[in-house]
Amino acid sequence: MSRYRTLFRQSALLYRFRRDKVAIASFSILLLLLIISFAAPFIAPFNPYDPTQIDIMDSNLPPVWQTDGDARFTLGTDTQGRDIWSTMLYGTRISITIGLFAVLLQSLLGIAMGLAAGYYGGRLDSFLMRLADIQLSFSTLMVAIVVLAVFQAAFGSELYNELAIFMLILVIGIAEWPQYARTVRASVLAEKKKEYVDAVRVIGLSRRRIMFRHILPNTLSPILVISTVQVANAIMSEAALSFLGLGMPVNQPSLGSLINSGFQYILSGSWWITTFPALLLILLVLVINLLGDWLRDVLNPKLYKE
Amino acid sequence: MLAFFVHRLGQALVVMFVISLLSFSIQDNLGDPLRELVGQSVSEAERQQLREAMGLNDPFVNQYGRFLKKALQGDLGDSYFFKRPALGVILEKLPATLELVLGATLIILLLSVPVGVYCAINPRSWFSKLMMGVSIVGISIPVFLTAIMLIYLFSIHLGWLPSFGRGETLLIWGGYETGLLTADGLRHLLLPSIALSSIMLPLFIRLIRSEMMEVLEQEYIRFAWARGLKRQRIWFLHALKNTLLPVITVGGVQIGTMIAYTILTERVFQWPGMGFLFLEAVNRVDTPLIIAYLIVVGLIFVVTNTLVDLIYGLVNPTVRLTRGNA
Amino acid sequence: MALLEVRNLEVKFPLRQGELTALRDVSFSLDPGERLGIVGESGAGKSVAAFAILNLIGRPGYIAGGQVLFEGRDLSRLSATELRHIRGNRISMIFQDPMMTLNPVLTIGTQMIESLQAHRAISYTEARTLAIEKLRTVSIPSPDARIDQYPHELSGGMRQRVVIAIALLTDPTIIIADEPTTALDVTIQAEIMELLLALCENFSVALILITHDLGVVAQVTQRAIVMYAGRIVEEGATRSIIDSARHPYTQGLINALPERTRPGERLNQIPGLMPSLLDIPAGCAFHPRCPHTLTVCRFEVPDYSGSAQRRVACHWAGAHGEVL
Repeated sequence: MSRYRTLFRQSALLYRFRRDKVAIASFSILLLLLIISFAAPFIAPFNPYDPTQIDIMDSNLPPVWQTDGDARFTLGTDTQGRDIWSTMLYGTRISITIGLFAVLLQSLLGIAMGLAAGYYGGRLDSFLMRLADIQLSFSTLMVAIVVLAVFQAAFGSELYNELAIFMLILVIGIAEWPQYARTVRASVLAEKKKEYVDAVRVIGLSRRRIMFRHILPNTLSPILVISTVQVANAIMSEAALSFLGLGMPVNQPSLGSLINSGFQYILSGSWWITTFPALLLILLVLVINLLGDWLRDVLNPKLYKE
Repeated sequence: MLAFFVHRLGQALVVMFVISLLSFSIQDNLGDPLRELVGQSVSEAERQQLREAMGLNDPFVNQYGRFLKKALQGDLGDSYFFKRPALGVILEKLPATLELVLGATLIILLLSVPVGVYCAINPRSWFSKLMMGVSIVGISIPVFLTAIMLIYLFSIHLGWLPSFGRGETLLIWGGYETGLLTADGLRHLLLPSIALSSIMLPLFIRLIRSEMMEVLEQEYIRFAWARGLKRQRIWFLHALKNTLLPVITVGGVQIGTMIAYTILTERVFQWPGMGFLFLEAVNRVDTPLIIAYLIVVGLIFVVTNTLVDLIYGLVNPTVRLTRGNA
Repeated sequence: MALLEVRNLEVKFPLRQGELTALRDVSFSLDPGERLGIVGESGAGKSVAAFAILNLIGRPGYIAGGQVLFEGRDLSRLSATELRHIRGNRISMIFQDPMMTLNPVLTIGTQMIESLQAHRAISYTEARTLAIEKLRTVSIPSPDARIDQYPHELSGGMRQRVVIAIALLTDPTIIIADEPTTALDVTIQAEIMELLLALCENFSVALILITHDLGVVAQVTQRAIVMYAGRIVEEGATRSIIDSARHPYTQGLINALPERTRPGERLNQIPGLMPSLLDIPAGCAFHPRCPHTLTVCRFEVPDYSGSAQRRVACHWAGAHGEVL
């Protein structure tokens, strides 16, 4: 029964999707960005991680349509002589990877906490929710800035640069669990009241089985909606941290660190180093947000609100 | 009311305890205080002697106790870089950050309420649709990019407004330097304030719109129409007051994010505030300064959250401040 | 001339699945001081009819046709300002759930005084005195203290008394009460209904009472309308409808009254459910549930037979019934 219902829901989703131009456009652009960034090694004309392909003599070249442009570097080069277009592709890959893994971590943590809080209730519930309150009021970005700043100062930038990608995923992933926990908890509480949970309990199914087989599928649509927005937020947070020099290092840049490295040259006229990665970042975040908005309208889940 | 403050004070103590513990462990782990004091050219035996004399070999609790005692007296150690009390250095930069936050808050309040209410009342008008489109783009542009774009457009390209610093400031009461009283200071404040508000403003417009649309569907609003009240009264008293409750709550949650955004904004505009100083301190591994920043920010955080709760209690009669369950 | 005359009222809701007709061809009238009951199961359109009178149908519903004549003026065509002077002034409403009707963040006094000041040029102090007086009229104890309280500080029954006091504030000519006791505890229901009846009699206010409870209609009203699937199926003096119902649906409602059942016996329910307004059966909307279905019922919407005062829309009653 529930399988058919899901199938029906999905087809309804598809139906609404086909009729919404903004959703189609956003999804296509996102798909395109995903493909070109993950196929970066095959598409990019240069490998920005390979020092032998970088020549400092090529540094600071403007895009090809400007007078000093070089045909090899369509969007110009940065101050180290790296091809902007190639660096952007690799950078997008890093940004998206961090975003996806951070959200994966958030959702696993949050769903587990939310299920536990909602299902077992009592003291565990009030403790976890109190924790969520406090965690949420210290913003993720603030926590991340402090933690990463301390980490960088304590371990030195060399070790930090090697571990940066893991640290970013960890910090952004851990800091945002309350979003999921609250929503899942609310859904669990709502589902618990419904008769069928009692019914399956009467049949003698174990509590854990009830949680995973019956309650969890019903929380899927709010989780989907939150996840979409959270990926956008995680990418934004990563960009902000990298811009502050607390994120990805210069030799392994994400979109944020690219913007950071070009920022100081904007006054001297090298606008392209910052502008192209910035546009790509905005485009990426915007299409994810648009998709999230659309999903929220269509699925209309009960999101946790205070 | 008293119970509310006792309850609040308890929470504040917990938060400050966590921050002080964090701060203390930074102090313990970041760099070697000995090296900062005497340099490398001291023998190992002498080092040990000095460690003992300074109490660095004492149990953790004793050291933390000493740290706390000094911190309560306002002594957070001297900044390694400025060679002055770290707390003093931070507090000098406080006015700049506060004025930046004030500017951004004013922009957010003055624009989000009217636009959000308008969009809720006229969801089908072209302006509302435009605002919804613009706002989703707005929340998709990181604060630092908005800041860079503003500089590029208004400072470099058009040359209308300055791109960095606070401009001319006036010294008023008790060493508080303000940029609000000079035309130059206000000109310098404009772009950073806009940048700082650039994500929160669309966020609040969307929030106010959706909350108000929900409120407008409530039975008591329908009853207000049935009573023949003027629509201005229904919209701006009956509906708005109920809309503000969740908005105030979200506002409280956003305080932390706002502080984080000041760091980003201050970096781009080289705004001489606490966030800019903090980034410099991180780069210089100036531990006392980092600690001072964390503690000051923690205090600001606790105070503003208490204020937000108080305001919420004033607007919502079902919350009893006296019972302490606010 | 009738105080209120509703003529061929039609209300539609454009929905994603298609346009829904919530009311079709609804006509009735109300004399000054008269008490009229509108009865039907939930979904019959009786609440829509009540809100349509004051043009208060929730979005996206709209009045697609017909007239609502109040003292000769068509309310469905008035401007917003003109309508505002009627709403809550000449015609008051009482809503179903007193927990949801009062604004939670404003005191009872604020909500009463603003109601008065919306329609009368009086000072705050005068309005407050009047409000306290009305609270006393609806038997709220210590009204001068209660007036400064917020809705959540009052019980459901007390809140409905406040709502009734608000409805009476401006001495209206008509009160429309939409299931005023359904949301209350059973023990308080009778109390509130008696209060409402007494007030309408004392101040000679006309009452339109929307309810699903024929018992209440019998107790309070002089005339009654029975609605089914957005249409009036029977109308007449309340006594006449209770004693000699003509429409099989009305008969079913009366048989379902607990009083009609002996202890230990099963309640007489009408089989089946009210159809969705999106999917109204062809012919007479009631025919799938009707015990007397004729062939013609499946194809032809029955016309009204009888007089304007006592009419029924039923093929079977038209063919078998004695002359009305």
